[in-house]
Amino acid sequence: MLFVLETVISGALAGIMYSLVALGFVLIFKASGVFNFSQGVMALFAALTLVGLLSGTIPFTNTDNPALALPVWAAIPLTIFVMFIVAVLIEKFILRHLVNQEHIILFMAMVGLTYVFEGVGDMMWGSDVKVLDLGLPQGAWDWLFDTHDLYVEKIEMVAAATAAVLVTVLAVFFQKTRIGRALRAVADDHQAALSVGISLRNIWIIVWSAAGIVALAAGVMWGAKSGVQFSLSLIALKALPVLILGGFTSIPGAIVGGLIIGIGEKLVEVFSGELIAAAFAGLIEIDPGVFSATENWFAYVLALFFLMFRPQGLFGEKIIERV
Amino acid sequence: MQKTAQAKQSPGTAAETPPSILSVNNIEVIYDHVILVLKGVSLEVPRGGIVALLGANGAGKSTTLKAISNLLGAERGVVTKGSIEYENTPVHASSPDELVKSGCIQVMEGRHCFEHLTVDENLLTGAHTRGNARASIKRDLELVYSYFPRLKDRRNSLAGYISGGEQQMTAIGRALMSRPKMILLDEPSMGLAPQLVEEIFEIVKQLNTDQGVSVLLAEQNTNMALRYAQYGYVLENGRVVMDGDAKTLRENEDIKEFYLGISGGDKKSFREFKHYKRRKRWLA
Repeated sequence: MLFVLETVISGALAGIMYSLVALGFVLIFKASGVFNFSQGVMALFAALTLVGLLSGTIPFTNTDNPALALPVWAAIPLTIFVMFIVAVLIEKFILRHLVNQEHIILFMAMVGLTYVFEGVGDMMWGSDVKVLDLGLPQGAWDWLFDTHDLYVEKIEMVAAATAAVLVTVLAVFFQKTRIGRALRAVADDHQAALSVGISLRNIWIIVWSAAGIVALAAGVMWGAKSGVQFSLSLIALKALPVLILGGFTSIPGAIVGGLIIGIGEKLVEVFSGELIAAAFAGLIEIDPGVFSATENWFAYVLALFFLMFRPQGLFGEKIIERV
Repeated sequence: MQKTAQAKQSPGTAAETPPSILSVNNIEVIYDHVILVLKGVSLEVPRGGIVALLGANGAGKSTTLKAISNLLGAERGVVTKGSIEYENTPVHASSPDELVKSGCIQVMEGRHCFEHLTVDENLLTGAHTRGNARASIKRDLELVYSYFPRLKDRRNSLAGYISGGEQQMTAIGRALMSRPKMILLDEPSMGLAPQLVEEIFEIVKQLNTDQGVSVLLAEQNTNMALRYAQYGYVLENGRVVMDGDAKTLRENEDIKEFYLGISGGDKKSFREFKHYKRRKRWLA
């Protein structure tokens, strides 16, 4: 039983990490209807920038100058500022010119942006695997291990706490503030939003900056766990099923979707082989080991299932139909 | 409170301000670099007046309004010739939000409420350009509800679920929240029952007299529009083909025949009409 609990906890915490990435997608999709394919690379870029600033890397030269290395408290705000500049540039060079175009055109622009991000990130900070050391706690949480015999990684607890804080802040921002209301208005009908004097440009800069900050959070968590390298950008692919489950426009949906997928895939990975083998015991001899590595694709099967029965996701906006 | 607003408005306006709040001079509009939609439209809206812009589908009414409010850009349209002056300053290059700030706001055709926002929130988005002036925004919210009492009962419903008439009221109320001096009202009667149309026009008229808001009204419902407007322009194929006092227009024979559906004195014989129709059928 304890082992099941441990599996669930570790699944939930991994799920939260997916949610962090999915959150960035949701923000941008909500406010501009743009599917930001580059969210994963944005996380990589943010993490690279942070590592670069921490180790005093001079951009475009691939050399470190320890004298320029910044302390953590300065590097994080500076990275956030860089993400803001990125948001301004994206608005100025891409979104502004593609306003009111077909979805597929915007999507292609985002695919292009993904590769530009990746290339520029490589050029600026170098392509080698980097270690991100923010002094985040590593290893198991001893207290829980000693008293309840549960193995939980500290970094995952930190990720969960970060996600909780981000979601709360974002939810309050969207529901309670003037800018948040304007963001939701733009999401509903951007022409009408223009007509009441909401400036789309400012709104886009705000959401892309917010998505940049979320990307930084995701990049830091994943980077601290498994190093800052190209494969970090692939976590975006894991965020897709999370979005389909939770709904593309829902912030709580991103969290719940992440949890379901995280827990689901861990449970299936660990127990499906044994269960199937037990079910067919006596009939055919099944090697439980065959049903392994489901972790990689289980999420997509779940997403497919959802697409068929609840395409707007668990928390997606109700599709309002008037008769 | 409505009375005080009126009292404040009236003395200043008559004395020093010029007669027209909006003047459009000979504008041309091109969509997507190729489609010429407006071919030289000129019009004037006097301060505190209601002016109707009449015409059939595709005549260019909405385009004219969008050219003024500068919402054309979002539809890949551009004003290529002529000038638009609001409060005696050219507004050709102002963005929609700058125009809303200076008091000129459009109520779009087809209502365009924010469906997933409540009625309350919809109205509040209208005050977006006014920043965080909480107290005065709250006061104006109550003022809007006093004009549209039936919205007050539905203030917490999602705008997507209220009736068409209520949505139109929400759209007009939302525009009022920006404290406009000039409202560009596009087809408020669209898809509404005649009684509701009347109710909405009455409220617009009342706003016009109470608050001194000038109105440029694009309408297909010529009969209704000419009852409430003082002056009218008739658009056809992107050109102004006729203009005049509402009374003159109402009595014009062509308007009667083509827009009001009242035929003139000497009726054309039914046989003649049939003959004309038959000639068009070349395979019969």
